[in-house]
Amino acid sequence: MQSTEIAIIGGGPAGMCAAQAAAEQGARVTLIDRGKQLGGQLVKQTHRFFGSEYEYAGIRGIHIANILEDAVRKLDNIEIKIDSTVLAIYGDGVITIEEGENYKKLTSKKTIISTGASEKMLVFTNNDLPGVYGAGAVQTLMNEHGVIPGENVLMIGAGNIGLIVSYQLIQAGVKVAAVIEAAPQFGGYHVHAAKIKRIGVPILTSHTIKEAIGKEFVEGAVICRLDANWKQIAGTEKKLDVDVICLAVGLSPLVELLWHAGCQMKYVPQPGGYVALRDRDLQTTVPGIYIAGDASGVEEASSAMIEGKIAGLSAAEALGYNKNASHMKAKYMEEINILRAGNVGKKVREGLKMLAV
Amino acid sequence: MSAKTYICRCEDVTLAEVQQMLKDGAQTMEEIKRLSRCTMGPCQGRICRILLAQEIAKNSSRNVTEIDVPTYRAPGKPIKLGLIACGEEDA
Repeated sequence: MQSTEIAIIGGGPAGMCAAQAAAEQGARVTLIDRGKQLGGQLVKQTHRFFGSEYEYAGIRGIHIANILEDAVRKLDNIEIKIDSTVLAIYGDGVITIEEGENYKKLTSKKTIISTGASEKMLVFTNNDLPGVYGAGAVQTLMNEHGVIPGENVLMIGAGNIGLIVSYQLIQAGVKVAAVIEAAPQFGGYHVHAAKIKRIGVPILTSHTIKEAIGKEFVEGAVICRLDANWKQIAGTEKKLDVDVICLAVGLSPLVELLWHAGCQMKYVPQPGGYVALRDRDLQTTVPGIYIAGDASGVEEASSAMIEGKIAGLSAAEALGYNKNASHMKAKYMEEINILRAGNVGKKVREGLKMLAV
Repeated sequence: MSAKTYICRCEDVTLAEVQQMLKDGAQTMEEIKRLSRCTMGPCQGRICRILLAQEIAKNSSRNVTEIDVPTYRAPGKPIKLGLIACGEEDA
């Protein structure tokens, strides 16, 4: 059985920032990721980021992954385990890991869970046909592996992910028939919407998908209008000849390890579903278990990075490593409050209010 | 293939089947899970349990927050039995 001071589960933006912050205070860290490389979802984000200038706004996601990984690899008190999936956290604190072809156990004094989020699914007829994809899956396929999902895409969801992936599909030479959105207005930034509108892709608000058509794979889709109460309006059905239906209808935090550990969970729609209650230090109701990034509530990469730093500093501080942890934590808390200020952060603030202990 | 709407794609549980179970008297996610294996496939409910909770809520005019959700159990993903059977070298 191996042991470490701080185990960090998930090597995306939150996990890497947590590892760096904790290790710089002097703590011994083990950073675990199931992928073949660190970076999480950053490795397929080919677009430039918004957000805070402190969190690399203006830089493409793939390059941010490299910057964070370089910083982590420079610190020799961070052990990195890739191709390693955490299977469980048991009541006695033992963490079990499928490390390549081996089964390993690890104990830690503190654990930070930064496992990210998974894509939400929609209920519609034939929703299991091959050709129905999550937007994240399409990004993995195209931007990581260089494979296009099909010829003609219906994008469901006009939040930032739906808009950005639509543009990336067009960049890859794939036609986007339409972007539909159930809400009366699209949720993403105007700059992303404007890009695809200029190319001539219609963004249809108050629309939903009713049915996927096809025998062996998607050969079309039926969409229809929604009324003010989000009910489908009969007679407004329209058939689109598409071979891909791409779902960008939101993310849910990946929280199963938090359930294993016995953290108190709550269903809150704003952060994306079931999430853990937490204090200011991002510690859950189970002492020594911290959360950061999308696993703590779906937000975006900038806030994931800052949350990672706060959780990493909190865990290090609790172990007695405090070069300047208290000072830095105060600084990052201020920074994240600025990021969550204003209209854009309203939903996040509402969700957090229901999760504070 | 006849047109079907799936709640749980891992275990092939359809919306119609879930609605039938609710009509037959099932009231909780735990019951539907035991009756149908919904949420028990390779994804361990990461995708479908929220859809199932929404359907139960809709059927009983409750809010999703009021629906019981079973805990997640170890292991979090399917693993080869040999992996645990061999144990750990230095356990």
